[in-house]
Amino acid sequence: MTGWIDATIVLLALPAATAALLAVLPSYRVSAAINVAAAFIGFLASASLFVAAPPPNAYIVIDDLNVVFIVLNTFVGFTASLFSATYIAHEIETGRIKPAHLRFYHAMYQFLLFAMNLALIANNIGLMWAAVELATLTTVLMVGIYQTQAAIEAAWKYFILGSVGVALALFGTILVYIAAQPVVGEGVQAMLWTNLLEHAPRFDPTLLDLAFVFLLLGYGTKVGLAPLHAWLPDAHAEGPTPISAVLSGLLLNVALYAVLRFKLLLDANARALAPGPLMATLGLVSVVFAAFMLYRRRDVKRMFAYSSIEHMGIIVFAFGIGGPLANFAALLHMAMHSLTKSAIFYTVGQIAQVKGTQQIAEIRGLTVSHPLLGWSLVFGVFAIVGLPPMGVFMSEFLIVTSTFARAPWLALPLALGLLLALGALVLRMQSMAFGAPLGSTAPTRSSTLPILAHFALVLIAGIWLPPPLVAWFHHVAAMLR
Amino acid sequence: MKGLAFDVSHLLAGGLVLLSFVQLYQNRLYALLNVYSLQAFVLALSVAWQAFVQDESHLYVTAFIAFLFKAIVVPTALHRVIVQLGIQRDVENVVGVGPTMLAGLALVALAEVVMLRIAGDADVLAREDLAFALSVVLLGLLMMVVRRNAVSMVVGFMSLENGLILAAAGAKGMPLVVEISVAFSVLVALVVIGVFLFRISETFATVDAEALDSFRDGRR
Repeated sequence: MTGWIDATIVLLALPAATAALLAVLPSYRVSAAINVAAAFIGFLASASLFVAAPPPNAYIVIDDLNVVFIVLNTFVGFTASLFSATYIAHEIETGRIKPAHLRFYHAMYQFLLFAMNLALIANNIGLMWAAVELATLTTVLMVGIYQTQAAIEAAWKYFILGSVGVALALFGTILVYIAAQPVVGEGVQAMLWTNLLEHAPRFDPTLLDLAFVFLLLGYGTKVGLAPLHAWLPDAHAEGPTPISAVLSGLLLNVALYAVLRFKLLLDANARALAPGPLMATLGLVSVVFAAFMLYRRRDVKRMFAYSSIEHMGIIVFAFGIGGPLANFAALLHMAMHSLTKSAIFYTVGQIAQVKGTQQIAEIRGLTVSHPLLGWSLVFGVFAIVGLPPMGVFMSEFLIVTSTFARAPWLALPLALGLLLALGALVLRMQSMAFGAPLGSTAPTRSSTLPILAHFALVLIAGIWLPPPLVAWFHHVAAMLR
Repeated sequence: MKGLAFDVSHLLAGGLVLLSFVQLYQNRLYALLNVYSLQAFVLALSVAWQAFVQDESHLYVTAFIAFLFKAIVVPTALHRVIVQLGIQRDVENVVGVGPTMLAGLALVALAEVVMLRIAGDADVLAREDLAFALSVVLLGLLMMVVRRNAVSMVVGFMSLENGLILAAAGAKGMPLVVEISVAFSVLVALVVIGVFLFRISETFATVDAEALDSFRDGRR
């Protein structure tokens, strides 16, 4: 709020300007450094939103809900850019990416950050939709960057399914406008979150119901919920690993944020259908489905992509169950999953680089040949399956407990899914981490700093959460009902 | 005047649904493209009529984009893709025409049932238009599901998008309609470019989307 320049302008203008700059810079080393610097400034700017948030206007809105998402997003965006710098250097050496493509890659990276920030802070449902579309298109291009047959196929699949999701979400958005228009009045006013939430109790409930079904399916495609998840494993497995980390850690959250916003609208309208059961069902189906699918994976990135489906399922399920405790746990789980899963992808990316393969069967004895990577993988898998004392354990424990309190018979399939996933991941991790080393034992040169930083945060969060953070999460959880 | 405005917009929106059905049973790609092109033309007329009825001049822009881009540019581009790839006859349905048409009828019935339940709160014109728009959207989805060929999938997506534009134009005073139609045009353009750059002749033997299934996990 200091004069005309505030944090939201930095969050939008900086990545956009950097993207333009990176598109013309020839040297990839300089580009990588600029990429990291811009992402870091973005993180600082988002952190400042905790202290001073600008008042909502016709374009942007900052409230307690999206600040959590923005800070998480910019933080992981920053660490992923750090990881990306060393990862890309290796890819250049092995010749998997040409320098010309790299310019494109860096520009797209910043553009993606821009689109995600815009989606999170947009006050206009149409603007938010367009931003999510932009973010999707950007990632489609990045997934296909290796230009191998598999990568192009993955990108194509992602493109088609993503476009259908985008289309369904737009139809839902139009329906929300039509529901709002008689109450709020014609024009832009009927597309602003701030207005919609205020007048939601008087909207036509049937229209809202229908709108939510489309929005849940549309944005749910992006979240990777079970019947609509088909793009997710391919896109994660075939793209550059920093992008896998960004997809899992950030883009899924952005789509989830959109679903949550519309859930708030339905919650505010007493006559509309309760969105909770729909979300809980989709979430639960995703958890159980992904848990079973985990057993047949042979590609390590693909395996962790299925694990992302499982965790997004858990989060959506918890938001669907609702209530202060489940919402709190869902928010916490979202943060923990983003941090843990992106760190796992950083680890897996380095493993794939030193071993020259992503096949689980061809990776053995990492703790012997690459102790740091090997033990990072062990720690990461223990953290993501929810073993104590890591943060994911706490959030999963809270989710299961609150499920017992509110819908006891749903706790059984949920717990089953969690245990199945634990079994699958630990099984595969064992074969990769222990035993006699197989393949290249060349030392890794990539930076392990982002991995260690994420794991430290996850561990600390599991043991001790700072009271202000807990208070903040509680506040948001109460807002979500 | 009110009656006439109503009837004409119904006629045009109904025409869109009809043309969606016609697309469902085409068994040659050229014919499919021609029907799609005609549908885009009807959409342009429909949007222009909404612009006239609602007295919203920006909708004329949307209508113009629909006409120029969707009815002329994209079909021409796709036509060239088809020639280049030599896949004129390759419209393979996963499901036969009969079941597809029945499913289409069911979807339209569903759309009408869902939409007509909406209470009189919303504008009548918008509501009736929405029922048609939802039908077009669902039929487009159906077409994407029953077709294997990538080009006809793209056509299915564009036909779905016609329904969206119809819905957006029918929503009285909705802002951003022009921007949305531009955004979708960009999306469609990228899809078409994607098909071009797919290097099907180089990397794939076919544009058959079923080839993508081989890419499922079983193989790797």
